[in-house]
Amino acid sequence: MSEFVYLYRITEAARREAMGTPERAQQSMQRWLAWMQQLESKGHLKDRGQPLELGGKVVRGTQKTVTDGPYAEAKDLVAGFTIIQARDVNEAVELSRACPILDGGGSVEVRPVMKVNP
Amino acid sequence: MDLNEHLFRHESSRMVAALTRIFGVHNLALAEDVVQDAFCRALEVWKVRGVPENPSAWLMLTAKNRAIDIVRRERTARTFAPELSRALDAEWAIAPVVDAAFAAHTIRDEQLRMMFSCCHPQLKEDVQVALILNILCGFGAHEISSAFLAGRAAIEKRIARGKKVLASAKRLFDLADAEFIARLSVVRRALYLLFNEGYHGASAESAVRVELCREAIRLTVLLLDYPPAATPETHALAALMCLHAARIPARIDASGDLSPLLDQDRSRWDAQLVTQGLDHLDRSASGREMTAYHIEAAIAATHAAARRVDETDWAAIVALYDRLMGIASSPIVALNRAIAIGERDNAERGLDALGAIADRDRLDRYPFYPAAMGELELRRGNRDAARAHFSAALALARNATERRFLTKRLDTCNLS
Repeated sequence: MSEFVYLYRITEAARREAMGTPERAQQSMQRWLAWMQQLESKGHLKDRGQPLELGGKVVRGTQKTVTDGPYAEAKDLVAGFTIIQARDVNEAVELSRACPILDGGGSVEVRPVMKVNP
Repeated sequence: MDLNEHLFRHESSRMVAALTRIFGVHNLALAEDVVQDAFCRALEVWKVRGVPENPSAWLMLTAKNRAIDIVRRERTARTFAPELSRALDAEWAIAPVVDAAFAAHTIRDEQLRMMFSCCHPQLKEDVQVALILNILCGFGAHEISSAFLAGRAAIEKRIARGKKVLASAKRLFDLADAEFIARLSVVRRALYLLFNEGYHGASAESAVRVELCREAIRLTVLLLDYPPAATPETHALAALMCLHAARIPARIDASGDLSPLLDQDRSRWDAQLVTQGLDHLDRSASGREMTAYHIEAAIAATHAAARRVDETDWAAIVALYDRLMGIASSPIVALNRAIAIGERDNAERGLDALGAIADRDRLDRYPFYPAAMGELELRRGNRDAARAHFSAALALARNATERRFLTKRLDTCNLS
C-alpha cells in the first residue's frame, strides 16, 4: 500500500453553485459523506485532512513580500486535502473518480506521497 | 451521524429569519448570502471532520459569527434593521443583540412575521405561495417549478417580484398590528393553496408533492404555536390538512398506481394524522363561524370515520357539500358534491348533478370531470358512454400516473 494525497481544487463560484440552494447543499453534503464513508469502509482513508479557507496570504521572493491571496476569483483554489492509501497511482485515480467535487466543476489532484526510503 | 433529510431546508428558513431580524428585510439578499456561506463552510468542514453532534447548532453558530463580523464591519456604511439600529450602534452591544436574534422564540416570531409579510395583499396569491416556499421552506426556484409545472424562469421572476415588495416594506409585518386578523386570513389562504398544490396538483413527482403537503402542515402548526393565530379557523385548516394527508400513503396502491378514495385500502391511512386532524377539528368548533375550512375538514372527517367505504355516511357528506356550495361554491366543489349524490342515491342522480354544474366549462381541462361521468355511466351499465368519457379524460391526463390510472379505467369498460 502506498499513500496518496488528494488535493481538492475548486473555484469559489463552483462551490457556491454546489451549495446554492438548501436542497442542493443537502445533496452535495450527502454525496461527500457517502464518498468519504466509502473510502473509509474499504480501508483507504489514512487521514481525513483539513479544510482550508480559500483566502490567505502569499509570501514571495527574497524580498519576502506579502500579498493577499490566493484571490477568490482565481481558478483552482486548493480547498482541502485528504490522505488515502491505495495499491498504486492507478487505484488512487480510480477511487478519486467518484469524488463529488468533479460534478461541480472542481478537480482532484492525485499526488503520491514521496517514499523516503524506497 | 446521519443528516436529517430536511436539515438544510429547515435551517435555511430559521437562519434567514434570525438574520433578517438583525439586518432588516431590505437586506434579505445579504441574509441569504450569509446562509449560503454557512452551508459552504459546513460542506468543507463536515466532509472531512464528519457531521457534528448538533448540526443545526453548528450552522446557527456559523451564521451568528458571520453576522457579528458583518455588523461590526459595515455598521457605518449600511443601515440594518430599524428596530435594532440603536442597539447596534454600540460596539459592545453587537454580540448580545445578535445572540438574542438567534434565540428560539425570536426565530419562531420572525418566521411568523416573514410568513405574514410574504402574504402582502399587494402580491398575487401565486407570488405569495412561491415566496413562502422559497423563504420559509427553503425550496429553490428549480424545485418550486417542478412542483408547479411552471418554468424555472417564470418562478424566478415571481420570487424576485415578491422579494422586491418585501424589501420595499423596510420592516417585516408587526404581529401586534391592527391588521393582524385580516392578514392571518390571507396567510391561511396561502397555506391552503400550498397544501392543495401538493394534494391535487399536476406534478408527476409525488415525492415533491408530498413535501408540499408536509410543509403546509408544518407552517400551519407554526401558526398554531402562536396563541393569537390559533383561532378556530386555523384549527379547521389544520384539521382538513391532517385528515387529507392521512390518506396519502393509500393513494398509490401496491403496484404504484393511483387509487381513488373509494378504492383505497383504509388500513393504510395514517392513524396518527387522523387523530391529530380530529383533535384540530374539535378545537375548531369553539367559534361561531362555520368557514369553508370547517366544512372541508368535516367532510374529510366523515370519510375518516368510515372504516369501510360502504359504511360512508353519504347523506351527511352531501349535506356538507350543500353548505360548502353556499359559502364557497366552485366547479370542483360541485363536482365532488355530484359524486357524493351518485353514492347517496344512484348513478342517474349523480349524472344529473354533474350535468347541472353551473360553470362547467371551467372544468374543461380537468381530467376528473369526464372521469366522474365515466364512473357513473359504467355503473349504470352504459359501457359505450363510459368508454367515451374515459377516453376524453385520458386525453386530458396531466402526468404518467393519471394516464396509467385512466387507461386502466378504460380497459375496465372493455372487459366482460
